[in-house]
Amino acid sequence: MSTWLSGRDVARLLRAHLPDAVEEEADDCLAVYPGALLDTCRHLQRELAIDYLNNLTAVDYLDYIEVVYHLSSLERNHLLTIKVRCYDREHAEVPSLTPLWQGADLQEREVYDLFGVVFAGHPNLKRLLMWEGFLGHPLRKDFVMPPFPQPPGSPVRKRGEELGLD
Amino acid sequence: MASTSGVPAAQAGLPFSQAGEPVLVNIGPQHPSTHGVLRLRALLDGEVIIDLEPVFGYLHSSMEKLAELRTYTQAITLTDRMDYLAAMSNNLAACLAIEKLADIPVPERALYLRLIMVELQRIASHCMFLGTYPNECGAWSTPWMYSFRDREKILDMFEMCCGQRLTYNYIRPGGVAQDVPPEFAIALRVFLKDMPSRVAEYEELLVENEILIARSKHIGILSREQAINASASGPVLRGSGVLWDIRKADPYLIYDRYDFDVPVGEIGDCWDRFWVRMEEIKESLRILHQCFEEFVELPPGPYRTPVDWVFHPPAGREIYSRIESPRGELGYYLVSDGGANPYRFRVRGPSQINLTALKDMTVGHKVADAIAILGSIDIVMGEVDR
Repeated sequence: MSTWLSGRDVARLLRAHLPDAVEEEADDCLAVYPGALLDTCRHLQRELAIDYLNNLTAVDYLDYIEVVYHLSSLERNHLLTIKVRCYDREHAEVPSLTPLWQGADLQEREVYDLFGVVFAGHPNLKRLLMWEGFLGHPLRKDFVMPPFPQPPGSPVRKRGEELGLD
Repeated sequence: MASTSGVPAAQAGLPFSQAGEPVLVNIGPQHPSTHGVLRLRALLDGEVIIDLEPVFGYLHSSMEKLAELRTYTQAITLTDRMDYLAAMSNNLAACLAIEKLADIPVPERALYLRLIMVELQRIASHCMFLGTYPNECGAWSTPWMYSFRDREKILDMFEMCCGQRLTYNYIRPGGVAQDVPPEFAIALRVFLKDMPSRVAEYEELLVENEILIARSKHIGILSREQAINASASGPVLRGSGVLWDIRKADPYLIYDRYDFDVPVGEIGDCWDRFWVRMEEIKESLRILHQCFEEFVELPPGPYRTPVDWVFHPPAGREIYSRIESPRGELGYYLVSDGGANPYRFRVRGPSQINLTALKDMTVGHKVADAIAILGSIDIVMGEVDR
């Protein structure tokens, strides 16, 4: 069975070397400041043999956008969740993990595309799934979906006209 | 098939084909070997690839956004459409994550049914690979005909259980949609009896196949360190010599009760990835043999915990759950805000992330090898673009 590392244990380990890295600690995860992310990951690679980036994604909590990293150690069969919070929605920026893990490449591009988080230091930061020139970031919670185009004369359109909607 | 555009203008009046300048070639998006719509922007020097970039998004259907607008039960339907060659595995991964999120127990009988289904699905998916890969390497359609014969039998069994052949929606939160009919056990027994000789037939046909060996040995080598660094998973990771299978490392369902081996490649070339899949079919059969013997002895019992169509997992809870799908680590990251639909529904598609190292595997090889390398990763575009 894989073991999930406790965020509190890892935070204790980190504090000895990077006193200002940890933003918040919990039993199942650990939030670090964006500026300390790369140093934290390097330290984890050295101390806890964390060698594999399982998953990289983001969640929009409206107050902030949280980038979530699921890391693991294939050697020791450990798993760990690390989070980085961006409070500035307009200029969300997190350092890229591509210098440490090539596996971050496509996943960071996807988060940039769908959440608008800029990964500083990424070698090829372009939209991955949506086309260039697409406005907005679809997985943000404040993204307004464009109305589905209805053909003229369709029941939905007629009903909309009755209700005075455009 | 492919369009060309010369990069800078030809020098000194020479046509650019004689000037020795690199040429940019778009392979795809409509290309028979990409199994969907993937575009490879390849920069060529003569026939040798000097740079390559995959371009995604042609099949993007925003599954994650759609799932966030639906209830948990409705979202299962979407997971079928991602990796459509392994829809059972997708159903299972999503259901395991939802069950952990909402504390839904699963009855014993459902565990057996699920394991039988996903292992059959693994064989079906690898049969697809065994058919298409030699095809891409120039061994034409014979292996395809052979392997589809056996894949067909598995699809028939799935059809008995849920009426569908491709998008099953069979595994549901709390168990499975319905119990299997009596004829399923008969069909499975016949399949398990016949299949070992069929696998031997494939081996005879393919393992010493000169075309296949010439096209895949020492092509597209992915080293052990690089495979780990690029987050490769599944047969791509194991082909590079990493002994890592989530069924062993982080057992889910009842895999820890059964005895099976994890095949591992040596140098990480296309041949190793091919060989690992061939061996995995045998290991899946081993698991199925053991599981089926226990399954037929099981007394009839509930196959599903009664769950409301709409349920509300506790607010603030989040889960990352993963399984070993035929293509690699299939992870689901779900966040609940206490509502009826997931606040965040992230799918870690192994096909997409396995493509990260495509450039490093391809550069330095010829154009035809790029097709063989892409084929050996075994991608499904529905999962790459989601």
